[in-house]
Amino acid sequence: MMGWIWVALVTIALISGVFTGRFDILSGAMMDGAVAGVTVVLGIVGMMMLWSGIMEVMREAGLMDRLAKLLRPALRRLFPSADADTLGSLSANVSANLLGLGNAATPAGLRAAKGLQRLSKTEWASNDLCMLVVINTASLQIIPTTIASVRAAAGAVSPFDILPAVWFASVVSQACGILAVVLFRRIGGRK
Amino acid sequence: MNLISSLVVPVLIAFVGIYALCHQVDLYPALLRGAKEGLAVAVKILPPVVVLLAAVYGFRASGAMDSLVALISPVTQLLGIPSECAPLALIRPLSGSAALATGTEIIKTYGVESTIGRTAAVMLGASESTFYVIAVYFGALGIKKTRYAIPAALIADLAGFVASAFAVRLFF
Repeated sequence: MMGWIWVALVTIALISGVFTGRFDILSGAMMDGAVAGVTVVLGIVGMMMLWSGIMEVMREAGLMDRLAKLLRPALRRLFPSADADTLGSLSANVSANLLGLGNAATPAGLRAAKGLQRLSKTEWASNDLCMLVVINTASLQIIPTTIASVRAAAGAVSPFDILPAVWFASVVSQACGILAVVLFRRIGGRK
Repeated sequence: MNLISSLVVPVLIAFVGIYALCHQVDLYPALLRGAKEGLAVAVKILPPVVVLLAAVYGFRASGAMDSLVALISPVTQLLGIPSECAPLALIRPLSGSAALATGTEIIKTYGVESTIGRTAAVMLGASESTFYVIAVYFGALGIKKTRYAIPAALIADLAGFVASAFAVRLFF
């Protein structure tokens, strides 16, 4: 799919360039873009490494497990069909997401998904599995480190000053996703 | 509000460090191991960001970006999202690297402290690459009937984008 998007971008750029008469700057702009790509990644790699290091210490110190324990009661209500084992994977998935530990979140999430699907015994996506997927497609991360790194590289005075706004938007997004699942679940009537 | 956002990061870092030392964690090797993982992630996103930014820069230079923005601005205006951030909203659910490329370009073009630049940053920070996540989960389970998962996830994305623009207007 990304191949299609990429070809669409460059083709539309060419057509539009011919129409607007700006085709002469097109090749230069694309070269600039490639160079900018390297600059972007170079600009954020330092902060990404620092954050990954701190996240790894958090995991090792057992902070993720503690957070998971705290989240269990709330998750039990969101996922009525989950058994103890699946609930463990679910809370590991959500707490890893909250701490920005993408490498730990996905395996735990997949374990939880398999558990939910085994319990529902359906060939379609069960209500609880839809809930899990929707929660994972909306952002949970407390410290959005990548975008803070981009802002720092772009010369922001305090790259983290967007935190309250990000939290607000994430909570709204997460709440609307959960609400949508609950509504669809009522209409659908299946497991 | 400003106090919270400037304190949360240093407090968190110091807290994690002290907590880890109190719990007998071999801190320094863990720190380095994590940093190495971060480097691996950066290496992994370098190729897609380079090829996508080349396309995005061409797209903007040709005037196509302006046409796209003009085309969807009635919808985004209605939702309170700056039209300049609309391309980001379109690409975000499809690809994380493409969104990072587009968002960075918007931040650079309009300024990191501008309303547009901030909105782009908040939109990026408050969302995920929806279709990638869906593909990973349903692909791993071999499930074809995804029922309402995709519409519900897109509702969450749209709500997040509208809330991002609203929050930037509210907080800054």
